[in-house]
Amino acid sequence: MERIPILKMGEFLLVTIQIDMHDQLAITLQDDLTQQIVKHRAHGVLIDISSLEIVDSFIGRMIGNIAGMARMLDAETVLVGMKPAVAITLVELGMSLTGVRTALNVEKGMAVLQGSLKGKEFFGRDIER
Amino acid sequence: MAAILKDETAAITSSSDIVKVRQLVRELAISLGFTLVEQTKVVTAASELARNALVHGGGGNVRMQALNNETRRGLKLTFSDEGPGIADLEQALKDGFSTGSGMGLGLSGAKRLANEFEIESAPGQGTKVMITRWRNT
Repeated sequence: MERIPILKMGEFLLVTIQIDMHDQLAITLQDDLTQQIVKHRAHGVLIDISSLEIVDSFIGRMIGNIAGMARMLDAETVLVGMKPAVAITLVELGMSLTGVRTALNVEKGMAVLQGSLKGKEFFGRDIER
Repeated sequence: MAAILKDETAAITSSSDIVKVRQLVRELAISLGFTLVEQTKVVTAASELARNALVHGGGGNVRMQALNNETRRGLKLTFSDEGPGIADLEQALKDGFSTGSGMGLGLSGAKRLANEFEIESAPGQGTKVMITRWRNT
């Protein structure tokens, strides 16, 4: 079966969507990611959509779902690399992906995840004391 | 009356056909000289309407016409299905209204992304949605 690869990078998972996904593939990715978060005890998910030419309401919903599920599994999600034309179209479509953190590129997205992880550690120490 | 430069029809019977419709519409939009933003809007609208035809209409087809009149060029897409049809069109066009598992943005979103929008539907009569996106000049 066709699948989008999920890479593990330290405490984070990295997904680069490089093909025009059909709906079932998007659902499979959502399921795979939630399982991998738990399996690897990941604290962050970075989704790179810099190769995606369009994001319609179905793919948008899938991204929102992933962020919501990841949050419940104690992982942050950052969406990176959205093309300007895609952003313009998504807002006009009526989908602004509220609740999904974004960054311009992979490097900045990683910084966001690392920042939120540091915040968590600090908070954790504070409680123990 | 606009001259028709190209006239193609594609079937929509599976979720991979939605991807194919996106590709065909993209090619036509490029051939008409649409900007990247215009291409993205019309391809996204096509994706929403193709999914509607598949999910709510049980499959159907899309007719894609590249138009040219004296002053402008455009892309007209007609999605037809033989599904159960829509009883309350006004309600179906509202943001957030959904009978399926989606966000309910398909019809209303596609309408916003197009310059012209028309829908014909009645219970038991199937659904026909026509959108036209004109190239900005």
